[in-house]
Amino acid sequence: MTQAAKQVRSFRLNGRAHDVLVADNVLLLDTLREALGLTGTKRGCDGGECGACTVLIDGTPRLACLTRTQECDGHSVETIEGLAENGRMSRLQRAFHERLGTQCGYCTPGMVMTAEGLLRRNPDPTEAEIRAALAGNICRCTGYVKIIEAVEDAARGAP
Amino acid sequence: MTVMRNAREVVGQPTPLIDGIEKVTGQAKYTADLPSSGALVGRILRSPFSHARILAIDTSAARALPGVRAVVTGDDCAFTYGVLPIAMNEYPLAREVVRYRGEPLAAVAAVDEATAAEAMRLIRLEVEELPAYYTAEAARAPDAVLLHANKPGNIERAVHHRFGDVEAGFAAADLVREQVYHCAEIAHGQMELNGALVEYDTARDQLTIWSTTQVPYYVHLMLSRCLAMDMSRIRVVKPFVGGGFGARVETLNFEIITALLARAAGGKVRLLLSREETFLTHRGRPDTEVRLKLGMTRAGRLTACACEVVQRGGAYAGYGIVTILYAGSLLHGLYDIPAIAYDGWRVYANLPPCGAMRGHGSVDVRFAFEALLDSMAEEAGLDPFTVRRQNLLSAPTETQNGLRVESYGLGECLDWAERASGWATRHGRLGPGRGLGMACSHYVSGAAKPIHWTGEPHAVVHLRLDFDGGITLLTGAADIGQGSSTVMAQAAAEVLGIRLDRVRVVAADSMLTPKDNGSYSSRVTFMVGNATIDAARALRAQLLAAAAEPLGAPIEAIECEHETFRRIGDDGPGLPFAEVARAALAREGGAITAKGSFTCPVEFQGGKHKGGAVGSTMGFSYAAQVVEAAVDIDTGMVTVEQVWVAQDCGFAINPLAVEGQIQGAVWMGMGQAIGEETRYERGLALHGSLLDYRVPTIVESPPIALHIVESIDPNGPFGAKEASEGALAGFLPALVNAIADAIGLRLDTLPVTPDRLLEALAVRRREQRLARELAREPAHEQQGAA
Repeated sequence: MTQAAKQVRSFRLNGRAHDVLVADNVLLLDTLREALGLTGTKRGCDGGECGACTVLIDGTPRLACLTRTQECDGHSVETIEGLAENGRMSRLQRAFHERLGTQCGYCTPGMVMTAEGLLRRNPDPTEAEIRAALAGNICRCTGYVKIIEAVEDAARGAP
Repeated sequence: MTVMRNAREVVGQPTPLIDGIEKVTGQAKYTADLPSSGALVGRILRSPFSHARILAIDTSAARALPGVRAVVTGDDCAFTYGVLPIAMNEYPLAREVVRYRGEPLAAVAAVDEATAAEAMRLIRLEVEELPAYYTAEAARAPDAVLLHANKPGNIERAVHHRFGDVEAGFAAADLVREQVYHCAEIAHGQMELNGALVEYDTARDQLTIWSTTQVPYYVHLMLSRCLAMDMSRIRVVKPFVGGGFGARVETLNFEIITALLARAAGGKVRLLLSREETFLTHRGRPDTEVRLKLGMTRAGRLTACACEVVQRGGAYAGYGIVTILYAGSLLHGLYDIPAIAYDGWRVYANLPPCGAMRGHGSVDVRFAFEALLDSMAEEAGLDPFTVRRQNLLSAPTETQNGLRVESYGLGECLDWAERASGWATRHGRLGPGRGLGMACSHYVSGAAKPIHWTGEPHAVVHLRLDFDGGITLLTGAADIGQGSSTVMAQAAAEVLGIRLDRVRVVAADSMLTPKDNGSYSSRVTFMVGNATIDAARALRAQLLAAAAEPLGAPIEAIECEHETFRRIGDDGPGLPFAEVARAALAREGGAITAKGSFTCPVEFQGGKHKGGAVGSTMGFSYAAQVVEAAVDIDTGMVTVEQVWVAQDCGFAINPLAVEGQIQGAVWMGMGQAIGEETRYERGLALHGSLLDYRVPTIVESPPIALHIVESIDPNGPFGAKEASEGALAGFLPALVNAIADAIGLRLDTLPVTPDRLLEALAVRRREQRLARELAREPAHEQQGAA
C-alpha cells in the first residue's frame, strides 16, 4: 500500500498540548482511539448515525467520526477522559452514575459530552432543551427517562 | 422463604451500578477498547448472493498480497455450530451452499485495514445461483427448492399443541372473533458493534478470546467444537459489553471466524464489524404472522383460544425452535384460559438468521392477543380492565401446559395502572385524535431447563475471603449493562451483613470464574442470585464458627450486622468483621473459598409434551400498562404522550436498576410499535444503518411512570423475579388500543408507521363510502351480488 504523507498536527487535548503525526483525512475518532489510546470515545455506527463518539471541540459537541484530525489543528479537543478533574467525577458524570443514566454504558461518553456542551452554553435548560440537545445521541437501554433526570440533576447542582 | 432477617440493609436499596463509575468516566474497556498493539486486522468477505451453490472460492491472489497473514474459507472449518444441540446447521464460513446475502464466505487477516480490504477485492467467487425465497409463503410453496435438504417444505419446526377442549370452549362462548395480525422483523440495535479480539499462542496451542457476548460459556463450547481444540486450551473473557437484548445469546459467526484467523495467522487478530455487518449478523425478532381466535362470555370470561403463528426465521436454525415454542407456550401463564390450541411453523428463508430478542417468542403473539381482547371488550361493552380481571389466575397454580405459577401480582399491576393513568375518567373521553390503551404481559425468570443438560447445577458462585478482608465474588454471569454484578454483590453483602463496597465482583473469565450458562431468558437474578445467597450462607457459617469462641456463644446465637458480630440481642461493641475474618482464616487454614449453587427442581421444568420445557420457569413476572397516544390523521404521525406501567418483579433487589430495566423494556416495545423494521430488497438489507433502521430518539420518547409490585416469590432470591423483559410486549397492543380509542381504527400490522396509518385510514374511508352508497342503493347491491 502507498502511504499517504503525514503531517504534525497540534491541538490541546483535555487541557494538554499534543502533537500528532497523522495523514490527511484520518478521522479524529481513530486518532483518539488508536494513536492516543483514549478509548472512552466510542464508535457505534458507520458514520454520523448515533452520537457515541461525541467530543467537544472548542467547547462545542462534535462527532469525532465525521471530523478529520487536521481540522483540530490549533483547536481544543475534550473527551470523556478529560472531564473528571483530579479523578473526581464531574457533576454530569456523578449524576449519570447515581441516577442510572447509564446502563450498558456504551452511549454514555457521547451522551455526557453532548450534555456537557449543553450545560456550558445553557446552565439551566428546560426538559425540551435537553431533549433537543441530545436528539443525535442514541441510547438503546434506558428509554432516555433517567438520562433526562441525570442532566436535570446535574444542571441543578444535585445530587 | 429466603428472606433474611435483615432483609433490607443492602437489598431493596436503590444502588448505582458497582461498575458505573468506569462507564461514566470512559475507563470501561469494551472489546474494541482492549489493547490490540500488534494485532492483525480481520475482515469478512460476505456473500452478494441470496442462495447459491459455491463452485469455487479462489483466494490465491489474496494470499499472495504482501501484508496478508491468513485467509480462511469454509474449507478451513468443517464443523457446524449452533445454540441448540439438535439444530446446529450453520458453518462459520459457508460450505457448498450460501443461503443469504451477507453470509460470510471468506475472511482475511492482514497488517492493516487497507491491505485487508485489498485482499478481499482479490478473492474470486464462482457460484451457481439458486432460487431464493424472501417470505415464509414463498419458501413454503410446494415447488420451492429446499434451503436444508433434511427440512421438507422449508419448515424448521412445526408445533401442534392442544390443551383443554377447544371446541367446547368456543361453543360455550357468547362472542367468538378471529383476526390476523402481522409484525415486521426487527433487530436489537445494541449500541456496541459486534467484534472480537483473539490471541492464539502457537507454541502452546492455546487461544484466548475477548468478545461482545452474553454467553461466554456457549462461545467456549462452539470454539472448542469448530476449532477441534480441547476446552482447557481455550479461555473466554467477556469485557464490558454494550448491550445485547438477545443479539448475543448464541455464539456468532464472527467469533469463530476471528479464532480461525488467529490460529491460521499464528497470532493476535482483531475483527470489528461495522454497523451494517452488525445488522447482517442479526438474530432479531422474526417477521411473524399471527392468526388468533378467541372465545369470550358476555361477562368477559375467556373460554377458548386458537392461535396459528408463522415465523420467517431466516436461513439457519439458531434459536428458531425455541422461538416458535415460546410463541405457543406463553399463551399460557398470564390469564386463566380453559382451552388453548396452538399451531406454529418456523420457516426458513434466504435472509439473515433470526434469533432471540427481548421477550423471546412471546411479544408478537401477545400483541395479537391483547389487541383482539380489547376489540372484543369494546364489542361486548366491557371495560378492558374488567375483562383482564375476569381472567386472572390464582397462585399457586399450574397451567395446562405444565407451567408453575407460584406468585402472581397482575391484579395489583392492573389496579395501579388504572388509577395512575386516570383511566376511569379519561378512557374514551380524550377527544378526537387522542386516546388511552392498555394491555398486560408476562415473562419467564430464566428457562428452568438448561439447553445443555450436563447434570451440573444451573448456577454456581464462589466467594473468596483472604488476608485483606475483601470478599471477591466470582461468577460466570455476564453483566451486559443490566446490572447483574451489582445484584450479586448486594445479595452477598446482605447475607453476610457487610458493606456493599467490601464485595468486588470478578465476572465472566473462564480461567477464573465458575461456569455460567449466560445472560438470557432473564435467568441471572433468579438463578445466580440464589447461588450467591447459597455461597454467602456457606461463608457466613465459617465466619460465625470463628466468632463463636471469642464471643462465647453458640453459632445459632450470633449474627453479623453492619460488619459487627454480636450475640443476638446483645448491644455491646461486638467483634469487627476484620477480626472475625482473621480468626476464620486461621481456623480454616488460610484463604477461604465458599461455593454456592442453584438448580431449578425438575417439577418446574415444564410439561411432558414435546417442547414442554420451553416456557418453563420458576417464576413469571407480570406487567400492566397504559399508553396515551395522539394521532394526527393528516400526517399519519402517532405520538406517544405518556406511559404508566406496573410490573410485578417479586422483589426489587436493586429498585434503581429495576426501574431502568422496565423503562428500557417499555421503550423498546415502543420502537417496535411505532417505527422499527428491517427491510430487504431481493435479500439485500436496506436497513443497515441507524438512520435507515430508526430506533426512537430522545425527542419522541415519552415519560414513563412506573410502579414496582412486590409479590415476594417463594423461590426467588429475597423473593425476586425477572424485571427486564416482561413489560416489553404490553406496549405494542396498548399503543394500538390507544389508537383505537383515539380515532376508532383498529390496526393489525406493526410497526404503525405514518404510511401504514394513512393507508388504513384510506381503506376505512373507502369502506365507509361504499357502505353509504350501498345503503342508498339497495337494488344495485342485489344486482352486484348476483
